[in-house]
Amino acid sequence: MMSKSRGKNSVMKDVWRRLKRNKLAMISMILLIFLFLIALFASYMIPYDYASMNAAIRLQPPNGEHWFGTDNFGRDIFSRVLFGARYTLIIGLGCTTSAAIGGVVLGSIAGYYEKFDNIIMRFIDIIMGIPVFMMALSIIVALGANMRNMIIALAITNIPAFARITRAQVLGIRQQEYIEAARSIGASNFRILTRHILPNAFAPILVQFTLGTVSVILWGASLSFIGQGVQPPTPEWGLMISAARSFLREYPYMSIIPGLAIVVTTYALNILGDGLRDSLDPRLKQ
Amino acid sequence: MEIRDICEGTNLLEVKGLEVHYIVDKDVSRAVNGISFVINEGETLGLVGETGAGKTTTALALIGLLPMPPGKIVQGEILYKGTNLVGQNERYMRKKRGGDITMIFQDPMTSLNPLISVGNQIMEVVLLHENLSKLEATKRAKMMLETVGIPGDRYNDFPYQFSGGMKQRVMIAMALACDPRFLIADEPTTALDVTIQAQVLKLMNNLKKERNTAVLLITHDLGVVAEVCNRVAVMYAGHIVENGPVEQIFNDMRHPYTQGLFFAIPDLDSESEFLKSLEGLMPDPMHLPEGCPFHPRCSHCMEKCKTEVPPNLEVTPGHLVKCHLYP
Repeated sequence: MMSKSRGKNSVMKDVWRRLKRNKLAMISMILLIFLFLIALFASYMIPYDYASMNAAIRLQPPNGEHWFGTDNFGRDIFSRVLFGARYTLIIGLGCTTSAAIGGVVLGSIAGYYEKFDNIIMRFIDIIMGIPVFMMALSIIVALGANMRNMIIALAITNIPAFARITRAQVLGIRQQEYIEAARSIGASNFRILTRHILPNAFAPILVQFTLGTVSVILWGASLSFIGQGVQPPTPEWGLMISAARSFLREYPYMSIIPGLAIVVTTYALNILGDGLRDSLDPRLKQ
Repeated sequence: MEIRDICEGTNLLEVKGLEVHYIVDKDVSRAVNGISFVINEGETLGLVGETGAGKTTTALALIGLLPMPPGKIVQGEILYKGTNLVGQNERYMRKKRGGDITMIFQDPMTSLNPLISVGNQIMEVVLLHENLSKLEATKRAKMMLETVGIPGDRYNDFPYQFSGGMKQRVMIAMALACDPRFLIADEPTTALDVTIQAQVLKLMNNLKKERNTAVLLITHDLGVVAEVCNRVAVMYAGHIVENGPVEQIFNDMRHPYTQGLFFAIPDLDSESEFLKSLEGLMPDPMHLPEGCPFHPRCSHCMEKCKTEVPPNLEVTPGHLVKCHLYP
């Protein structure tokens, strides 16, 4: 069917149209945008300072004054959870973005230039061969336990996933006839890679990005939980759960609330990632 | 029909004894075995032959897109305006490709990048080869679209919004955007249906005449050859077995293989129930027979054919045949 001339980004428009039909993905996206806004403006939204302690009001269950209750130092959990969104997003997006940049560069070089393929991919295999937790822990131990080093460690452990996906895509796409056509008009390798191959490899990389963010947030929480990530009194969600673990029996809300925050965020990211994968799949094009 | 110059005219591209092998581990597949031909300015040479005869390999070698490895130009020269293209570095070839020499591919459905609008894909060629601003390049791209009969306001449309025939026109527009001297068309109409084929061929032919572009047309459709070519080269197992002006080949084919090809065209007037075909298959390029590569299938095979590769013989001026039948 022939359609009338449409706007410039009509491919993206189609993707958006298909994504809009996926209700769960849209809800997840709205939720994530909301979370993003919270992270940005948390300092104006929190009713109490997230770090100020007050022994008089410690261990209060959720009530009208402290919506999510208070912790063992009398800090307002609502304020801490809101503020924590910022750290979660910084860790999640920071790690995944740097891992994606590193992985895409390595993967596309490996996929496009055959002579580098073996060197790069065997190196990637080595990183993949080491359990994520071991790898991240050793890097953090070597560099020192703080948030920046945790981000570096998690970024490195996430590079292989991006590299493998990118390489696989590049290997497939570079066999396409339009790549040969691009070559036949005199396009350089760099141009072919950046303008013709990578945009066509974008969809699975984007999906890996959302799913990778989920795993990074969980790993970040785990590392903070064992004291190797974000340091107190920063209200990172994993760290809050860790601090609450000795009160789990009597005051479960202390760990349940930041736990729920993690679950909701990662679930939303997962659903959005699935939705994006479906809507970016050109085979579903009508 | 205009007078077809055969020997006159400036010679634009000359291939001399080109030999291309594909080497995988220790297996050598001899795809092209010492072919020579000349294409003059504004001339169309048809390269005909079965699948696997080495036509596409020849084309890729000419434009410098032969995948190396496994491909390797073992011998021979490709002279474009007197400069040997074999062994030139990538930078030099990149300049030539798209500017001087371009190629149209077989399947228009997959030859356009699905994510870039057709106009911008044409503009890309112009920007790569000519020192124009983006605005001027856009103008040129629009003009090219209109030249191939696509309204300029479809500039921003994406490939999936076009039909196969229109995509092939876009490919033609892209190939001709920088006014190349030499165009390689690798089976440009094979993937199109018959009515569209005629349109596309006519368009190519008109543009070629207007711009005096030389064309190497690869096809296995003899009807197409009769319509647009000045000269024909028949390829078999990596050899050009017969090469000559189109009338000569059509009226006075000499090589048994060419004869076989022509007799395989079904005749509407004949009573025969079965299609005529050449017995046997093309030899495996990894194990080419000794002597003339066609001898195992040839009905005129002599003892000499089994041992000696026949020389190129000029039977009439400009008409070369590689066969022992013609001393």
